[in-house]
Amino acid sequence: MIAIARRLPVRAAAVPYPALVVVLTAALGLSVVIATGLGPVGIPAGEVAGILAHHLTGGGDSTAVSDLIVWRIRFPRVLLSAVAGAGLALAGAIVQGVVRNPVADPYLLGLSHGASVGAVLVLTTGTTVLGALTLPLAAFAGASVAIGVVLVMSSLQGRLLPVRLILVGVAFGHLFAGVTSFMLSRTDSSSAQQQIIFWLLGGLSGTNWATLPIPSAVVGVAAGLLLLRARRLNALVLGEEASAALGLNTGRQRWYLLLLVTLLTGTIVAVSGGIGFVGLIVPHLARMLVGADHRRMLPVTVVLGALFLLWADVAARTLTSPAELPIGVLTAFLGVPCFLLVMRARGLATQETP
Amino acid sequence: MRLDIDDVSVTLGGQDVVAEVSLTVSSGTFTALVGPNGSGKSTLLRTVYRALRPVSGTIRLDGRDLWSMPAAHAARGVGVLMQEQHAGFEFTVAETVALGRTAHLGFFDRLTTTDRAAIAEALDRTGLAPYAERRVGGLSGGERQRVLLARALAGRPRLLILDEPTNHLDVRHQLDILELVRDLDVTVVAALHSLDLAATYADTVAVLKEGRLVAHGPAADVLTPTTIGEVFQVEATVHGVGGRPGFVLKPRCLCPGRPCHWSCRTRPEALLSDAH
Repeated sequence: MIAIARRLPVRAAAVPYPALVVVLTAALGLSVVIATGLGPVGIPAGEVAGILAHHLTGGGDSTAVSDLIVWRIRFPRVLLSAVAGAGLALAGAIVQGVVRNPVADPYLLGLSHGASVGAVLVLTTGTTVLGALTLPLAAFAGASVAIGVVLVMSSLQGRLLPVRLILVGVAFGHLFAGVTSFMLSRTDSSSAQQQIIFWLLGGLSGTNWATLPIPSAVVGVAAGLLLLRARRLNALVLGEEASAALGLNTGRQRWYLLLLVTLLTGTIVAVSGGIGFVGLIVPHLARMLVGADHRRMLPVTVVLGALFLLWADVAARTLTSPAELPIGVLTAFLGVPCFLLVMRARGLATQETP
Repeated sequence: MRLDIDDVSVTLGGQDVVAEVSLTVSSGTFTALVGPNGSGKSTLLRTVYRALRPVSGTIRLDGRDLWSMPAAHAARGVGVLMQEQHAGFEFTVAETVALGRTAHLGFFDRLTTTDRAAIAEALDRTGLAPYAERRVGGLSGGERQRVLLARALAGRPRLLILDEPTNHLDVRHQLDILELVRDLDVTVVAALHSLDLAATYADTVAVLKEGRLVAHGPAADVLTPTTIGEVFQVEATVHGVGGRPGFVLKPRCLCPGRPCHWSCRTRPEALLSDAH
């Protein structure tokens, strides 16, 4: 006997916006504490909170093992996963607005593939000319070069043409992916190959306190700047003709926004590897929850992105412990069902103009 | 606001789309731009709301050069309603209308009390206040066009540019939009397909053909059977009903006694050679 799942006429009641932000932020705070306690050595949330409070109020290190695990190993990593998720989601939201395409994300502009080329160059040659910073700097440089080439190729007399931007971005993305695969196939060292594959799929292992400040600062500043200009972003989404009529300098806005996206993506990919899907999916989740107005959608995007990647990383480091799964695998496994569920429940119809 | 278009030419893809057009629109008047498809109406209007820079000539608003002002500055005086607009992602009516204040925003993108008052007034004027929280995507075509008119009005423009504002609308909605616009205390330049609407609502009519201005003056003087016939290649009869001019239009047929096919209207010589 087959039970037919009847489709419920789901139309989730609109949650008041301030309540939603409070709930999401509280969930993020709670998640940080819980996630820090999870791992091969389980530490109760209460103890985690105590250790964090001790350090955050200026207390020094103690010799307890749990203190070491929480403060030195897990907490920075949890924070970085939240920061990276927030930044990638934000970058995706901006790219979708700038190119006016719902399937856009930093990958589509060739950014992530460019970063991969930089990183893989370092991993295959084994160079460490810049010490521990060699890999992140190479990744950042790769992303910058990639977007630079894409922007130059897709602009006409200083104007950025959105459709051409996507086409050129996708084309160069393939080229960069080809370069990466070439280097991967030419390297003899299987340990280098392992590292490369892991890097390409993203991961936050090895995060320590030194990794954290630069991405946090970049994500914080970018989020602030973008929220200030959220109304202008709304106008930009209407297209060139309409936003020109509304008095917006579309050309300048696009350049400015894409530079921010490059900075965001480049910085995050440099420390986390190529984590896909967050930038594509999270902005849509946010739009389904609070609508398209960037003033409300961007804050929700930031918090959702942080929550999403935080839990994806927890899964990545606990599911097959002591081995680690690449976080890209988890963002796909967690993200797709989550996205489809919300889409079914809320109806993507509200996104389509009849 | 007075609009001076002086010797403006636009080239697109190597073709002269607008050629040496000079047109003055006095403050507070309604000027209709008429002409066949491809005559350059929309292109000319695009240069006035700064979506397209003319290759030569100048455009002045109250005597000040439009293209040497900052974009936001120019847009503060000019409201635009276009024929078909893609709404992008989903916004509510209130959010869309608020975008009409974009050019007035300060560095922090905050709405001032003036902004809020202008938005409320625009919603009120267009009868959209009850729809404020509805999503634009869920509205009918006529309602959506009203939302876009409200967006244009929210900027408190002194010059209103309408580019085929009544396309896709039923007669009732066409009249609603133009009635509302005519009662505003603004200068209006509107590209209109309907000669009846142009004759009814415009003080002045400017006729474009192949990018050139071929006639300009009071509606009664310009919209004559001769001018209409020549510009649109049709047979026009003017008749008045209740003091309003109206037009009956028929294709101008070059091979009488036969069904008036496309070839009969445009390429009589081709038809002749076919016959032999």
